[in-house]
Amino acid sequence: MDFKEEIRQARISWEKEKGVDKIPAVKSELGKEVKVVYGPEDVSEGDYLATIGFPGDYPFTRGVYPAMYRIRPWTMRLYAGFGTAEDTNRRWKFLLKSGNNGVACAFDLPTQMGIDSDHDLAQEEVGRVGLAMDTLRDMEILYEGLPLDKIVSSFNINAPGAILLAMYIALGEKQGVAAQELSGSLSNDILCEYVSRGMWVFGPKPALRLTTDIVEYCTKHLPKFYPFNIRGIIMREAGASMAQEAGFAFSNAIAYIEEVLNRGLKIDEFAKRVSFFFATGTQIFEEAARYRAARRLWARIMKERFGAGNPESMLLRFTGTVGGSTYRAQEPENNLVRGAYGLLANVLGGVQGMLHPALDEPFAIPSEETARLALRTQQICAYETGVTKTVDPLGGSYYVEALTDEIEREIVEILRKIEEMGGAVAAIEQGYMQRSIADEAYRTSQEELVGKRVVVGVNRFQAEEKKRKTEFHRWDPRMQEQQIERLRQVRSERDQAICRKALDELSRSAAGERNLIPPIIEAVKAYASIGEIMDALKEVFGTYREPLCI
Amino acid sequence: MEGKIRILIAKPGLDGHDRGAKVIARMFRDAGMEVIYTGLHQTPAGIVEAAIQEDVDVMGLSILSGAHLSICAKVFRLLRERGMEDMLVLVGGTIMDEDIPRLKELGVAEVFPPGSPVDAGVKFVQNWVAERGKRSGSSF
Repeated sequence: MDFKEEIRQARISWEKEKGVDKIPAVKSELGKEVKVVYGPEDVSEGDYLATIGFPGDYPFTRGVYPAMYRIRPWTMRLYAGFGTAEDTNRRWKFLLKSGNNGVACAFDLPTQMGIDSDHDLAQEEVGRVGLAMDTLRDMEILYEGLPLDKIVSSFNINAPGAILLAMYIALGEKQGVAAQELSGSLSNDILCEYVSRGMWVFGPKPALRLTTDIVEYCTKHLPKFYPFNIRGIIMREAGASMAQEAGFAFSNAIAYIEEVLNRGLKIDEFAKRVSFFFATGTQIFEEAARYRAARRLWARIMKERFGAGNPESMLLRFTGTVGGSTYRAQEPENNLVRGAYGLLANVLGGVQGMLHPALDEPFAIPSEETARLALRTQQICAYETGVTKTVDPLGGSYYVEALTDEIEREIVEILRKIEEMGGAVAAIEQGYMQRSIADEAYRTSQEELVGKRVVVGVNRFQAEEKKRKTEFHRWDPRMQEQQIERLRQVRSERDQAICRKALDELSRSAAGERNLIPPIIEAVKAYASIGEIMDALKEVFGTYREPLCI
Repeated sequence: MEGKIRILIAKPGLDGHDRGAKVIARMFRDAGMEVIYTGLHQTPAGIVEAAIQEDVDVMGLSILSGAHLSICAKVFRLLRERGMEDMLVLVGGTIMDEDIPRLKELGVAEVFPPGSPVDAGVKFVQNWVAERGKRSGSSF
């Protein structure tokens, strides 16, 4: 009898003797039964080196790099942007002084939709949930005193992503920084917008062309820039389970990669510049296991499906953040604690970078005080808790290894379903991801309502509601006027003929097959606004209507 | 009035966060009401037009961008212009406590700020229906 069989036999008698069947049943986040205790018999029979192995070695279950946090901790950033470029420049400088590594730019809704600040639909939205960006002039002010060869920037923007990239390149040129020196990332993930959050403008086909143009251009000219930061988080925050988040993000990524390959690029030319962004909840072991599973699965997809040869192409590099949807409005101080546990899960899961939400996330964008507290939470975890001392400290835990296998199977199943539907775009057009997410959001909300899912201070241990503190960040309407004033000034000062010519050239290029980044750069340099550039593209691309799934 | 209560769930403005709107829409449907969901990026004029076309009793606006005051002011101006100021209008989303009285002055019947239980809207409408039934002496 082999040793695992021996343990199985022993378990049967132990369960009988101790009456284990009477211990209350517990389910995982994915609805699977969780055993009372795990042992060697629960860990897969597979070859240790082939399935778990060493950090920095295929399939990277234990981590993408051999040293992980022993050389330096994860990249710590706060997502920041509000008001005008001046407002955001001040906030960024404050955060950088507090130890923020680089900047993660939050744009307002008009910018994310490619609409100018003086457009009807933009009124009262300018500078609210992020920074207003109309023309290259705003970009120049935003980076005043921040040389682009010394800063890492991440841009969370999809539909007009190509325009923001063009502005960044144009600003680099003005500052005397060559494109190949620019480092940072652009989310460039339009498919997640059709699934949730809705910041789409064009239909999937032209949108995917822009996505691919960005990747092609960056591969040739911006070797230090990540042209993809694929956003599982957008779907997770809309309600997706942790397995759906990874599965949907992977299937979107597969769709992009296929487009880029069709363009004629080789997988090892660009795959090392694909990165991800996931949300993390407070279920520490399941989240950490999920990241281990995702890392292993992504490496296999890249190697086996796409034939990547360079190990760098197989790495699942990800930013993780505690999902704002795990935070609650009641007793907002508790969110600090939720955030700390969630970020621990990220670290145990082997995260490369973190944005961390501030405790006032349910109400508003953070104040200086709460923003700093969110950064401090990361710094304390990195420097005071010792969790960074060894790589993948949960590796070898019977429970975590069993969870890793189970969650991996779950993600594989989701990918198989989407594949059967004809891939990510077809699955989105059929509303599959949207419906799955709405179902999951509904299920968890019902569980919370009846108290099956405990949220402290909300549906258990509720305290008498105190008067809520109101020192939240407030929107200043004067800022909208200033922004519109600046836009009008830029429009009146620019050379209209050059600007018109650049926009016409862009429309012509859009009707043809040329890569659109160079004509967008020309339009940006002529101080055409985001709205004007989007309009030039809309002439050719049209706009999108969503299928309704509730 | 006979039959099911009809409710329009709308997402005005540019905000695309529709998790709450979709969950609430299902809650109303499960409670036996007829739900019409507008989808994203609706203008106040489009929403009021949809409310008329669909002949709804209740309008639920979901706004997470912070632009709720100006959006609601526009919606109520249009409702008055169309002689529909009696419409029961509910608003949910990222709304600060100090804005609640201002929304109610505009005509919003109830506001569901962050932290509201997901069934609060359904309960509110059920009570409103019961009250209205008592007043008019009929019942649904």
